[in-house]
Amino acid sequence: MEIDPFIFRLSIFILSIFIGYYVVWSVTPSLHTPLMSVTNAISSVIIVGAIIAALAGSSETVFDISSIFGFIAIVLAAVNIFGGFLVTQRMLQMYKKKKDKNK
Amino acid sequence: MISPNLSAIFYLVSGILFILALRGLSSPDTSRQGNYFGIAGMIIAIVVTFLSIGNFSNSLVYVIIVLIIGGAIGAFIAFKIPMTAMPELVAGFHSLVGLAAVFVAIAAFLNPEAFNLGFVGQIKLASLIEMSIGAAVGAITFSGSIIAFLKLRGIMSGSPIIFGGQHFLNLILGVGIFVSIFFLCKTQESNIFWTVVMISFLVGVLLIIPIGGADMPVVISMLNSYSGWAAAGIGFTLENTALIITGALVGSSGAILSYIMCKAMNRSFFSVILGGFGADNSANDKNEKRDQKPVKSGNAEDAAFLMKNASSVIIVPGYGMAVAQAQHALREMVDKLKKNDIKVTYAIHPVAGRMPGHMNVLLAEANVPYDEVFELEDINNDFANSDVAFVIGANDVTNPVAKTDPKSPIFGMPVLDVEKCKSVLFVKRSLSPGYAGIDNELFYKDNTLMLFADAKKMTEDIVKNLD
Repeated sequence: MEIDPFIFRLSIFILSIFIGYYVVWSVTPSLHTPLMSVTNAISSVIIVGAIIAALAGSSETVFDISSIFGFIAIVLAAVNIFGGFLVTQRMLQMYKKKKDKNK
Repeated sequence: MISPNLSAIFYLVSGILFILALRGLSSPDTSRQGNYFGIAGMIIAIVVTFLSIGNFSNSLVYVIIVLIIGGAIGAFIAFKIPMTAMPELVAGFHSLVGLAAVFVAIAAFLNPEAFNLGFVGQIKLASLIEMSIGAAVGAITFSGSIIAFLKLRGIMSGSPIIFGGQHFLNLILGVGIFVSIFFLCKTQESNIFWTVVMISFLVGVLLIIPIGGADMPVVISMLNSYSGWAAAGIGFTLENTALIITGALVGSSGAILSYIMCKAMNRSFFSVILGGFGADNSANDKNEKRDQKPVKSGNAEDAAFLMKNASSVIIVPGYGMAVAQAQHALREMVDKLKKNDIKVTYAIHPVAGRMPGHMNVLLAEANVPYDEVFELEDINNDFANSDVAFVIGANDVTNPVAKTDPKSPIFGMPVLDVEKCKSVLFVKRSLSPGYAGIDNELFYKDNTLMLFADAKKMTEDIVKNLD
């Protein structure tokens, strides 16, 4: 009997939880805020689902109920992607080491 | 127009880039590079999605337009937002992820053909379960984050809202979601799907209203985690590796942060979720105490004098510093002290502020080098050897009661050993107790000098007196 592809996805999922566990424990506490904003940005990869939904319409009917939900979801996710990555970048720029003049 | 296999490989690549993005945060040096990995991963995922659909009809133009609109809004927010507003920004962003997940699930339910999930009324069972879970978790994330946002922004009172039978109601609603999903699978009835979404919105609200302001670090981390699980649920529905990997990463990241925050308060996750902490203010009791015990209070001049004659100073910032926006003034003060060859370090409690790492970001914004900022366990032994502790806007995290009084609600919580310093300067607006609603013994110690003022104003006055 063949293995259901779901099992493979489940395996990826569970292994990723473990990866996440170890990677996040190694994040330095002073960067916990950027960690939250960047995880926010990357979880907006959900935009791929929104794009699929939005593009599902044909040339004649660009907007039906389901694609409209897709379009709104694209806006929401895009706010998050740009906002999340840029604000993370802005925060990370601020973290500086002690300057040499203090020696 | 690329094959499904090829696009799956690309999604895997973008998932790996996201892992590297988080990995980069292990040190500030590598973090910026990590962020670029994250951006690259996102670009790959989006481009591959376009290519794999290969539908370049009119729709594409509209998709790109809304993408740009959303992106512009996001960029605008990212550049304009003050660093002190970071907690509510993160809460707001969580709500967007949650709502996007709900909408994608709705779109998939209404038009399953587009996602290869079967047909309306005959959606594959596994997909139906996955999309309802994604929609339910997404809806809880959305409405919960909105409440958290309102509380953090001060639009809604930060104090817990509790009513009788609250937990029972949540339980019933939670069970209701599962029962509804079960019937949804049997009947494929769209009304039941909408019911699941609606109940979940309600649960999100009910879950967060009983949780008070200072428990917000846990709430934000928890909602972070939920947004991840919602994304993973949708990832299973869409059979998309990038989403599954990301959802798992974000889910576990938020869970770990919640755990760290709970541990830093010595509270169980459940006691935070059940809420109501610090709600009962037995104010009379406190007033009596206050009258009995003498407090030494001073002014900026005294504080400046004390610090000038010290050889080492430890600064303990808290939420009050964020509220007063005192970080820049603080940095100025520290610069003056350093010129007099006084050693200055910062001590940060994990739950100082309203979100994990809140204080670190504010200090970084004020150009404080991150190697002068220490976490609780790294600096706690230094208090005994230091001359002055300058507590600005923190309270409960310095309360020695946590170590001495088993009856205290914060007993067992790890606290900064501020009282071991030769002298303590405590900037605070009044003697009112902190969030936990308990008196801080530190106020009445002989070596404590209370500085009653707004944190920013007091710090500025001290700066003047240091000249």
